[in-house]
Amino acid sequence: MRITQGCFSFLPDLTDDQIRAQVQYCIDKGWAVNIEYTDDPHPRNTFWEMWDLPMFDVKDAAGVMLELNACRKAHADRTYIRLSGFDSSHGWESVRISFIVNRPKEEPGFRLVRQEGPGRQQIYTTQAYAVDRPEGQRY
Amino acid sequence: MAADDILAEGGSDAPPETIDLRRELTETHAQEVLDELDRELVGLAPVKARIRQIAALLVVDRVRRRLGLLSETPTLHMSFTGNPGTGKTTVALRMAEILHKLGYIRKGHLVSVTRDDLVGQYIGHTAPKTKEILKKAMGGVLFIDEAYYLYRQENERDYGQEAIEILLQVMENQREDLVVILAGYADRMDQFFRSNPGFRSRIAHHIDFPDYSDGELMSIATTMLAAQSYKFSLAGAAAFESYIAARRQQPLFSNARSIRNALDRARLRHANRHFEQAGPVLLEDLMTIDAPDVLASRVFRARPDQIDSFDR
Repeated sequence: MRITQGCFSFLPDLTDDQIRAQVQYCIDKGWAVNIEYTDDPHPRNTFWEMWDLPMFDVKDAAGVMLELNACRKAHADRTYIRLSGFDSSHGWESVRISFIVNRPKEEPGFRLVRQEGPGRQQIYTTQAYAVDRPEGQRY
Repeated sequence: MAADDILAEGGSDAPPETIDLRRELTETHAQEVLDELDRELVGLAPVKARIRQIAALLVVDRVRRRLGLLSETPTLHMSFTGNPGTGKTTVALRMAEILHKLGYIRKGHLVSVTRDDLVGQYIGHTAPKTKEILKKAMGGVLFIDEAYYLYRQENERDYGQEAIEILLQVMENQREDLVVILAGYADRMDQFFRSNPGFRSRIAHHIDFPDYSDGELMSIATTMLAAQSYKFSLAGAAAFESYIAARRQQPLFSNARSIRNALDRARLRHANRHFEQAGPVLLEDLMTIDAPDVLASRVFRARPDQIDSFDR
């Protein structure tokens, strides 16, 4: 099952040129671009591992692509990688854009877990099949 | 036969396309920068000639690419060698602007670094530091001043070597993202290139900055003064000319930089002279550097045993 989180996730995967153009857009807006990766794709898992530092003073997308390729090389087909643009200007001070740029070869998806609550109440939750295995061996 | 047909078809309705390279150059606004370079930088004929050649190459390349001809991105890494004060940094700044206007680099900013910014202090510190700088310079020009310090011959475990390796790799693989300019004094750069042959072969343009002649230094001095709303009196100009001739003979002469220092000291004496004299001062006096301001310099009464005090 294809994970759909963040911008552009209902579109086909972005090509490197498209990623570069998006990154340049973020930089031109003055946002700091971050690279994050994880192997736990649950939508509630908002804190992904950070690759290197936020790139505050990079002027051209090539610098970000350099790091992205380094991250891909290290984590290859085993993790999700996303880019986010952080706007530090007053009043915003938050992430303005976030999109997935790399996903594992196979995405087994989620199972629905039902739990009996008090008084026949049903408690539903989702769980990724991938997280059955320990961290680092999931994909 | 088929190829002939295609050619004939293309040629039938449109006359063979001619390309106006001059207009192309004007369109990119690079001509303005080149003219500005000519106007504002005194002397440096070989440097300007080379910059013109590079600009011409880039313009032709642009046209070729537009017409669908195969053109590989040219390597534009450069090394600037020359004595102190010959304008290496100034030209590097202009270079970033020119390359940007010609569309060779995307952003046109200049990141100026020295050994300190690239080389770390302990194991594992160098690579991230160098990469950080490279990332910052992407899309622009990375200017490494006194590049020969990167390589310390006497210490083979020096971390500079690591920085050099990363630099070389990026210079080779990301030619279209980044232009690296190395600068330094001629003899030490020669030695640096001798011990790092990889660098020499990856740098296409070795540009040598010649020393300025006395006349050029004089016009540099006048320009510098004009920029600060000062001027020489006739006697002052004559005195400064003899100052340049005398200063050149003495050690630690660093071309335009020596001139700037000399002018700063002349302004100091000029201010002092007017401060000490009683009575009102004319506006004209406040603008004019006169002979006594220049002639009071130590350069004129230097003896060989005073060698280190020339720049004071």
